[in-house]
Amino acid sequence: MSFFRRFAQNRGALVGLIILALVVLLAVLAPFLYPDSPWRMVQRPFLAPGEMAGFPLGTDTMGRDVAAGLAHGAWVSLLIGLISTVVALAIGVPLGALAGYFGGKIDDALMRFTEFFQTIPNFALAIVLVAILQPSTTSIVAAIAIVSWPPVARLVRGEFLSLKHREYVEAARLVGQTHRDIILKQILPNTLSPVIVLASLMVATAILLESSLSFLGLGDPDTMSWGYMIGAARTVMRQAWWLSVIPGVAILLTVLALNLVGEGLDDALNPQLARQR
Amino acid sequence: MSQPLLRIERLALALPEGADRLYAVDNVSYDLNVGEILCVVGESGSGKSMTANAVMGLLPTGVHATKGRALFAGQDVLAMNEVSHRALRGRRIGMIFQEPMTALNPLMRVGEQIAEVFEAHGLLTSRERRERALALLEEVRLPDPATALRAYPFELSGGQRQRVMIAMALALEPELLIADEPTTALDVTTQAQILHLIKDLQARRGMAVMFITHDFGVVAEIADRVCVMREGRIVEMGSAREVLDNPQHEYTRALIEAIPGDAVPPSRDDSASAPLLSVKGLNKIYRSSGGWFQPKREVVALDGIDFVLGKGETLGIVGESGSGKSTLGRCIVGLNTPDSGEIRLNDVDLRALQGRELREHRRRIQMVFQDPYASLNPRIRVGMAIAQGPIANGVSKVKALEQARELLATVGLDASAAERYPHEFSGGQRQRIGIARALALDPQLIVADEAVSALDVSIQAQVLALLDRLKREFELSLLFITHDLRVAAQICDRLIVMQKGRIVEHGSATEIFLSPRHAYTRELLAAIPGRHGERESVAAAAGSA
Repeated sequence: MSFFRRFAQNRGALVGLIILALVVLLAVLAPFLYPDSPWRMVQRPFLAPGEMAGFPLGTDTMGRDVAAGLAHGAWVSLLIGLISTVVALAIGVPLGALAGYFGGKIDDALMRFTEFFQTIPNFALAIVLVAILQPSTTSIVAAIAIVSWPPVARLVRGEFLSLKHREYVEAARLVGQTHRDIILKQILPNTLSPVIVLASLMVATAILLESSLSFLGLGDPDTMSWGYMIGAARTVMRQAWWLSVIPGVAILLTVLALNLVGEGLDDALNPQLARQR
Repeated sequence: MSQPLLRIERLALALPEGADRLYAVDNVSYDLNVGEILCVVGESGSGKSMTANAVMGLLPTGVHATKGRALFAGQDVLAMNEVSHRALRGRRIGMIFQEPMTALNPLMRVGEQIAEVFEAHGLLTSRERRERALALLEEVRLPDPATALRAYPFELSGGQRQRVMIAMALALEPELLIADEPTTALDVTTQAQILHLIKDLQARRGMAVMFITHDFGVVAEIADRVCVMREGRIVEMGSAREVLDNPQHEYTRALIEAIPGDAVPPSRDDSASAPLLSVKGLNKIYRSSGGWFQPKREVVALDGIDFVLGKGETLGIVGESGSGKSTLGRCIVGLNTPDSGEIRLNDVDLRALQGRELREHRRRIQMVFQDPYASLNPRIRVGMAIAQGPIANGVSKVKALEQARELLATVGLDASAAERYPHEFSGGQRQRIGIARALALDPQLIVADEAVSALDVSIQAQVLALLDRLKREFELSLLFITHDLRVAAQICDRLIVMQKGRIVEHGSATEIFLSPRHAYTRELLAAIPGRHGERESVAAAAGSA
């Protein structure tokens, strides 16, 4: 059975993929749909959704178009989610691979280093990092990556520990392949499926983290993001609840979609486990 | 003739769509009478276990009966509802499985597990259950049954665990015992004891036994009647004597010929050749570091091993599990490091070399692994898997792949196999690929660690023949590690018998088989199932009495 057919067998995953595709489409089309800056004030404030033609989602406390904010925010959320995940993988995979493959003292040293990060609460560390580095897209990506790589390192280390005793790895050692080749060509490709699944979930977590930071006012002041929209609207929650709810639902749907896709990937990449259900 | 206890009538079991054939078993009929041992023999994928699973209601999901009946004492078990079927299982039909470690619950004491059988059928008080459990353990001749009752499965050896399984199966005095490859995972000496036990219990209780096996040696040892299966059909059925001595179907003949039942090796030219590998005083002790609450443990895997392997010679290392034979092989190829001792290849001490020089010498020794499914990387194409050795040693990629295709042809596979992934091949084909990979570096010595023990007998014979041919063609020496004396007899010039990390006997294969000197070797030889010599001597003893 092909990869996609196994993936599609999980209905939820298919729904997730469709939602995700819509969000990506929205993000890509944002500059064309709303060529103006989402920060521009375009109408009187507190327009309810549907109250005036041309502003389907209404305007916020300052008279900015909520729909424009949502579209541009999608771009920011996805971008930060993806890049910070890639950076976290770039830190976690090599560390985990080295620790698992060489074992012994190297493993001890690298794992103690990992635990150092794991013992500090994620969100607290992220806040501190962003506050120290000055809020900007780069510093947010860096902060999210730094707090989310330890699970990757743990996972990859575990996979390496079990795979390095496989007979094909021993055969590669016997024919004289270098450690680098064994790690990159023999073991790493076989650890990818759980890492891909974890990565899809990490994108979701990263989006949540970014939203939380923006909510607290630690977002990049130049970019419109979903978290900022909720944060700015929280003072007027009782007068204009939709200002918080609309970006909230956007976050919910995106994160849910990523989780569903992650589960579908898990089924498709580990067909033996999926069939048992 | 009285009514048979179990009668299978034209049974057909359909496989789910997309399987390699339509039916797991097709049009299978046989009878099993009270007090009889029927052996169902076949290779993997022959459907030999499926009928038994159908009788027990243990068919895997997707497999279901489409035709025929399975009558147990006149009732069709296939048509039964779950409740009445459950009453039958355990109470009237008992079953033992291949792997006693996974068939027992690792977190429950042995005594409780046996008592649970009574509990499941709501029988006896808890005190009586415990007494019965003790009596059963005595009956299966477990040493020190009172202690065994309180033991966890991991504290028992493989053979002891299988005895516990038998005790559980016998707990409710079933009329039919189904044994699915019960001795396959055991050492030969233990296998002999378990076979003896099953036969003894069967005679004492007058049970019927359905014994599923792939091993004609076991059949010769235990069967009253034999049913040979292939690809879901019965190819031959008859009394054990008839089938073994005068097989009608060519497949049966091939199976019987494939195992060297006599286990006497052909005499070989044993003129001494120049030594290739010499091992002196090799020691290896495994130490578990021990935690806060557990003491350090030491296991002596190798204890002063000395031997010499000549050029072009095949040396067999034979021993049961835990004898250190695999550790020896791994030390020689360099996957394990011995604590002390010397390994000399072409009179160069490998232990004194380092870095580049060591790599250069190491590639002269290659290994063929046991498990054809684990020894090939699932994500690397076969051609690349073979070529990666030469590439790592500086051959250009194009040239190495070209050579890989040639090697595939040499081991009897199509050169187009190079483009495919390992999962597209059968076990025997994968083992050929593993051999091609070992040959790619032009080695002088190949260490084959249980290289054929995961394969069916007919495939085993082919792979052994291939190894023998390649050995001549490429002027190789072979170090053949196996637990199976019959396999060793087929291919080895000389043998080393190992027990608990020591060499207890070594000599030419013929010598060891015909006049073993050490008691342990004699024990191993006597335990080989289905040796003609033994059967004749038993018959002779019966005749003279």
